[in-house]
Amino acid sequence: MEKKRYERPVIASLNAGITNKFGTRNLNEPISHIDGASIKEITEQYGSPVFILSERKIRQLYRDAHRAFSTRYPKVQFAWSYKTNYLNAVCNVFHQEGSWAEVVSIFEYEKALANGVEGRHILFNGPEKTESDLRKAIEHDSLIHIDHFDELYQLLEMSESLKKRPRVAIRVNMDTGIYPMWDRFGFNYESGQAWDAINKIILTNKLDLVGLHCHIGTFMLSANAYAVAAAKLADLALGIKLHHKQNIEYLDLGGGFASKNTLKGSFLPGADTIPSFDDYAEAICGTLLNAGFTRENLPMLILETGRALVDEAGFLAASVVANKRLSDGRKALVLDAGVNILFTSFWYEHKMTPVEPASHHTEASVVYGPLCMNIDVVRESVTLPPLRKNDLVLIHTVGAYNMTQWMQFIAMRPAVVMVDQEGKTHLLRRAEKTDDLNAMESMPEHLQSFSLA
Amino acid sequence: MNLRLKNNIAVSDSGFVFNPSTGDSFSINPVGIDIIQLLRASKSEQDIIEDLSDRYDADTQTIEKDLYDFFTLLLQHQLAEKA
Ligand SMILES: Cc1ncc(COP(=O)(O)O)c(C=O)c1O
Repeated sequence: MEKKRYERPVIASLNAGITNKFGTRNLNEPISHIDGASIKEITEQYGSPVFILSERKIRQLYRDAHRAFSTRYPKVQFAWSYKTNYLNAVCNVFHQEGSWAEVVSIFEYEKALANGVEGRHILFNGPEKTESDLRKAIEHDSLIHIDHFDELYQLLEMSESLKKRPRVAIRVNMDTGIYPMWDRFGFNYESGQAWDAINKIILTNKLDLVGLHCHIGTFMLSANAYAVAAAKLADLALGIKLHHKQNIEYLDLGGGFASKNTLKGSFLPGADTIPSFDDYAEAICGTLLNAGFTRENLPMLILETGRALVDEAGFLAASVVANKRLSDGRKALVLDAGVNILFTSFWYEHKMTPVEPASHHTEASVVYGPLCMNIDVVRESVTLPPLRKNDLVLIHTVGAYNMTQWMQFIAMRPAVVMVDQEGKTHLLRRAEKTDDLNAMESMPEHLQSFSLA
Repeated sequence: MNLRLKNNIAVSDSGFVFNPSTGDSFSINPVGIDIIQLLRASKSEQDIIEDLSDRYDADTQTIEKDLYDFFTLLLQHQLAEKA
């Protein structure tokens, strides 16, 4: 007699919890393939856990965002935020789509150059740029976004010694009605500090002030905050035209659009509540078109959108290491992927789905990572079918910031693969090995040997 | 550990369990139903493990591990008591 497929026995209380007036959807249907590539085969080839990126989804997100803006405004330019995901292949997908590069450190800057981005298409942000960083950026004719007066004065000095006019923008911070206000970066709008910086640049006449920049925050759930920011940048640009007879070539509204993740503690899934690209575009483009620019003087609109363009294209496949029952009766699942490589689980309730077919019987579980650390919690409570040791789970919407903020604490960083538009997989970054870490260390002579009793 | 199912517990074939003494209802999957039926037939832990491993494509170790966990839940939901 053929044996029946085994599934761990589960029993779930039907009268637990308050009924949700929105009704419950089954969010946990198994997902076995990403763009036609088998997740199981990917883990067999590249190991578990493994990050999987969908090239098709990245391009789709980019095109959706680009369409939302370019159908409302004549001059739109995206600049890929390198720190969001600076795997070179990911950057090059964006560059193929037409994105410039936005970097916040010399190492990202060098990555962008090496990827083939011309200096004049690189925006250099960030509060710390050394003299040699700035020299490199000036020599490559990049767009330097000035963060503070110390940097401004340093650039004035360097323009003399290098006999070049650096192309610059200032970063402006402002009250957009959002708390907390990010006032530690750039020059403040309300206090007049931004004007002081603008006047200094124009009157000393050693730098070309080509743009104005702001980045008002991240995961912004209010599209209207961007309307406020666009109005304030436009006001500065129009003031420069009026008082100094100079045109500002671009207004850079930064990043910060929310991705389709669910913030911890939210009542509804993020996908149902966050503004769409159209909402953000309507707020920004509507404001700029009505700000009072003449047609010829309409500045280019630059966007440094990060998470909203890549989060949904990233998945983490992980394996069940153990099933546990906690002392209070809760079910617990231990995975081979934890907060060391999934930094964003501190902010988000990442969606998780089984990979293999499963029954409709589900259980609420707390999901732990493999670290012997109490903070290693991937989800405080998620509804999953009964899973066995070695079963795979897919963690969703992890494409932003995890592959840059990950660390090799306790466990090393796993492989990253990309599924191309034909469903073929490509290794983008191999899994780390012990030798990789040891290669960076050196042992002082007197510590080279020991003997243990 | 051997368990005794409380005698008024109602189980449907579709996996619906009702405990009339507390008013609680539960959903349960096919392996769970089998275990409840075996308990009702007063099978010991060892009998249940053997019975399940004859019928399902899983090794006895896995079944044993899962049975311990399931027993904990039955006790917690007051559907069974220690024999
Ligand atoms: C200056 C700047 N631009 C763009 C971004 C990208 O932000 P996000 O990923 O929220 O779109 C950031 C991230 O914090 C940033 O600091």
